[in-house]
Amino acid sequence: MTDWFRTRTERVLLLTLPALLAACAAPVAPRTESARLGQPVANHERLNVFPDGRGLPPGHGNVAGGRELFARHCAACHGDAGQGGTAEELAGAKRPLNASSPDKTIGSYWPYATTLFDFIRRAKPMNAPGTLSADEVYALCAWLLHVNGVIDGDAVLDAQTLPAIPMPNRDGFLRIEAP
Amino acid sequence: MTRRFIRPVPPAEEWPDIAGGGLLDRRLFLRSGLLLAGSAGIRNALAQGDAPLPWLHTPGAPFSAYGQPSPYERYTARRIGANRAVAGNGVSFTPLEELAGTITPNGLHFERHHNGVPQIDPALHRLTVHGRVRQALAFDVKSLLRYPMRSQTLFIECGGNSNAGWHSEPVQRPAGSVHGLVSCAEWTGVPLSVLLDEAGVDADASWVIAEGADAGAMNMSIPLAKILDDCMLGLYQNGERLRPENGYPMRLIVPGWEGVLHVKWLQRLELSAQPVMSRNETAKYTELLPSGKARQFTFTMDCKSLITTPSHGQTLPGPDIYQITGLAWSGHGRIARVEVSADGGNSWADAALQGPLLPRSFTRFRIPWRWDGTPAVLKSRATDDAGNVQPERATLVAERGRAGYFHYNAIIAWTVEDDGLVSHTY
Repeated sequence: MTDWFRTRTERVLLLTLPALLAACAAPVAPRTESARLGQPVANHERLNVFPDGRGLPPGHGNVAGGRELFARHCAACHGDAGQGGTAEELAGAKRPLNASSPDKTIGSYWPYATTLFDFIRRAKPMNAPGTLSADEVYALCAWLLHVNGVIDGDAVLDAQTLPAIPMPNRDGFLRIEAP
Repeated sequence: MTRRFIRPVPPAEEWPDIAGGGLLDRRLFLRSGLLLAGSAGIRNALAQGDAPLPWLHTPGAPFSAYGQPSPYERYTARRIGANRAVAGNGVSFTPLEELAGTITPNGLHFERHHNGVPQIDPALHRLTVHGRVRQALAFDVKSLLRYPMRSQTLFIECGGNSNAGWHSEPVQRPAGSVHGLVSCAEWTGVPLSVLLDEAGVDADASWVIAEGADAGAMNMSIPLAKILDDCMLGLYQNGERLRPENGYPMRLIVPGWEGVLHVKWLQRLELSAQPVMSRNETAKYTELLPSGKARQFTFTMDCKSLITTPSHGQTLPGPDIYQITGLAWSGHGRIARVEVSADGGNSWADAALQGPLLPRSFTRFRIPWRWDGTPAVLKSRATDDAGNVQPERATLVAERGRAGYFHYNAIIAWTVEDDGLVSHTY
């Protein structure tokens, strides 16, 4: 034993030196050990409807039914034919997207038909959002897509047919900062 | 302590211009204090008041449970612009030209609501994390308040801020009523990485869809990488619990990214392999280009600045030395430099930046200016530490056209007439 190990402290230091060096070189884990207070849940509400149709509920609706619902719930702000009023225009685009003052309607601008269901179900009508049945939302989607010239007047929309609708401006977007 | 040698400052009339239009060295105010030639007039006015001041001779008001601004400041208020058929759909602007420093008082933070402000009982509110996770979890408010927190001073700017800048003619409204959909606060909350880690993120998840508990359950998709990097669940705003209009009891904080992503009244986070393509990330908050294609998922708010004094609607009383001041911010990082021009952009001088220079936060800038009473055009130009420079309006319009509506960050110009009146110009 040499002079370097005179005290217990020195002996401990020397013996643990390799471990100390390794600890310094290892990545630091600064995160405080947090509380884990989340409660497991299973049957919670899910409102998101994705472009592939995931999230769409059972049910169906047609153009005629949607025309009636639109007149009752939507026309006061969006106009009888969705041409706009105190709220924005939804249909009847005349000026193309590359014009200086373009018309951005559902038919001319919206890239996915599923967005209509997602938005109407959660947000419309504005005086009572979230109160329309799945059938009513499908019907409103049908009327809005028909008045935009995207689907025929005899179309019936459901969880299979709605996501399959090719929207005219599907490829009109440049994903700037998306992964 | 060493006493610093202070050089004597020459009289104001001898201060040399450092750029056109009378801009002076930014350090002069620091060295000399504010030497205004016109200050003699203010002293005279005060000396004339010989009526007794009642607050010196009668007891003041008692204590108050929650303090309010002086009634003499009642016009320092948000300006509201709402849908005439749906009162809760619209915006209110922060009166930036009435404020100093960098922190926006909570009662003046800008608002954007899609269908009103919900009055949420925190005892009934849950945040649910679900979708592509190992175990879906619900968190109540009391539990979330027990998690480790952090604080960060951050601006939040609406993607539609300054959209009148796309108009062919400059809109004539006060600075805050055009550009005041931006505010800055100290936010305190729980890092989202902690909550997502608890639920266990699936390997194929790459987006998080955030949803509010307002009337309309507004939803937005945010890349998972950003959420894990620096986003937090905001619970406190400038030290107190969030105001209802800013998301009580909890909101998303997404540093440097557009305001609509800072989902208020947050009730659900769904992890997903794909974005939901909600109405607000397709039909809205996307920017049409002259080609007819639209920019989508434009998250970062770009480098920008604004002179708040002098600005539209203010009047300079006469030729004198004035302090030009304003705000600069960038979603990319810290503000590195703000230049000011008093001759419409022909020449520029560096403004003094008030520290600390925080990333993705307001930075206050100031520079002295000797106005000689002739017409002048004032501009500010910010540069951030990533090298982004605020563009001239003509450059931005040439690149984006005028139908994009969102993400307007061009240089803002004020014209000063010979009578001292300040208005907006291009």
